[in-house]
Amino acid sequence: MSSVWVIARRELASFFDSLIAYILLVLFLGFSGFFTWLYGSDIFLVGQASLQEFFSVAFWTLFFFIPAITMRLLAEERKTGTIELLLTKAITDRQVVAGKFLAALLLIAIALLFTLPYPLTLATLGHPDYGQIFCGYAGLLLMSAAYISIGLYASSLTANQIVAFLVALFISLFFHLIFGVLSNQFSGGTGQFIDYLSLSSHFESMARGVIDTTDLVYFLSIVLAGLLLAELQLFKRNLD
Amino acid sequence: MDIHIENLRKTYGNQAAVDGVSFEVRAGEILGFLGPNGAGKSTTMKMITGYIGIGGGDILIGNRSVREHSAELKKHIGYLPEHNPLYEDMPVMDYLRFCAELQGVPRHETTTRVHRMIRQCSLDAEKHKKIAELSKGYRQRVGLAQAMIHDPEVLILDEPTTGLDPNQIIEIRKLIRELGKAKTVILSTHILPEVEATCDRILIINKGHIVANGTAESLRRQAAGQEVLQVRIEDATEQELRLDLSLLPGITTVTPVDPVSGRWQIQAAPGSGIQRSLFRLCVDRHWVLTELIPVETRLEDIFRNLTLN
Repeated sequence: MSSVWVIARRELASFFDSLIAYILLVLFLGFSGFFTWLYGSDIFLVGQASLQEFFSVAFWTLFFFIPAITMRLLAEERKTGTIELLLTKAITDRQVVAGKFLAALLLIAIALLFTLPYPLTLATLGHPDYGQIFCGYAGLLLMSAAYISIGLYASSLTANQIVAFLVALFISLFFHLIFGVLSNQFSGGTGQFIDYLSLSSHFESMARGVIDTTDLVYFLSIVLAGLLLAELQLFKRNLD
Repeated sequence: MDIHIENLRKTYGNQAAVDGVSFEVRAGEILGFLGPNGAGKSTTMKMITGYIGIGGGDILIGNRSVREHSAELKKHIGYLPEHNPLYEDMPVMDYLRFCAELQGVPRHETTTRVHRMIRQCSLDAEKHKKIAELSKGYRQRVGLAQAMIHDPEVLILDEPTTGLDPNQIIEIRKLIRELGKAKTVILSTHILPEVEATCDRILIINKGHIVANGTAESLRRQAAGQEVLQVRIEDATEQELRLDLSLLPGITTVTPVDPVSGRWQIQAAPGSGIQRSLFRLCVDRHWVLTELIPVETRLEDIFRNLTLN
């Protein structure tokens, strides 16, 4: 566990050293703040003490930002050769993958933490549903975890960060949008199955304030699958 | 910790990178690993450090197999990979601390270890700089420092002096000698004088096979097979010399190098005492022996002979 934390801490420090973290924070807070409070169907226009608008903006901004965060995690190490250094230290492949996952998740958590003034402001304006807000945040965090693990897997495939970014975006797009659209084309069991794969339907139910175990199982399965595939990709060097 | 390597193999695709390599290195010994590019040096080192899996055969470090105990053994191995990759965005101190923590150095010892390595590798003036800002020589020191931070018993250095200027090479060499005391060191290089200066023993590998194994001296002896002397004898005619020299016991060839000044090269079976009988001959004939130079085969020649077939 402590090795995981050592790796996570280094990655987190390197996010902040390389400005990635600041750019992400500024853009994320700028976008979500602008659309939640100032423009479009913002809170004052809708006239409800609800963060629905914020959750749907964050749903899209995180979708684009997360591949940009994860693309370098393993691809850069492959490119510069530091992966050889890292994997010959007294740690396992799993600890490396877990540490990098944790770092990216912490960065997203920090970004979400900075939006806490939103619900606080809301509390002074009206009587928001705190349970729903909590579920919405949990949903954003779970969604981020899923996309981070997909991004980490994409980053383990290549030494090229652009390729890693595009692959992550491509895989994520299926969960984000395509499965949802496809499920309308099919009826019966197939349609239901494809709808189950769609991340947006799980997220929406959480953003409405319902936490179902199937949603939790869904998000955690994507996380585990992504991390295991990334670990497998590292393990491949051991094969002939 | 001793390293035993038994019949080690590794194939990439259908090409054998390492093909049945066996050798051993004892604790306290510095082994020079020589070979042309693509001979299998780096592959062998990567297998020892557990970076890539063992294709066939086995590696035992301190009687434990890398196959089964790789995770545990990594704590005892310090590794400087080829091209010395480093996290360029990290300051030297932070980087060394990071490596120490990953290698399981106890928390209360981390700071003392980091400071000791900084002192030993003379990185004091650079310790707060980012690694990207360092010159190549200093980067190499950082590479060595990270490899040694946990005081490993085994040190694997893949071309530690490539790309350095002659002064830096001598410094890094000194550093390896100093730090490598009482450790088991395997060092690969292209630079032949370096092996003689740093290593106790030489291993030459070519196309995945070991083609020579021994000290620089023993390799020379093996390669030469003959004792070769260059002599200059004055006050004798060419005919006299050619006849009398070829009658000496044990002599095999007599070739004039520069007959006018009396320079000849002679080869004799090793251990035939050719120097003594040559001296006696000159005394008997009242010739003057002004030069007697044993000709050593250069390491470069041995290397070329062994790897150019």
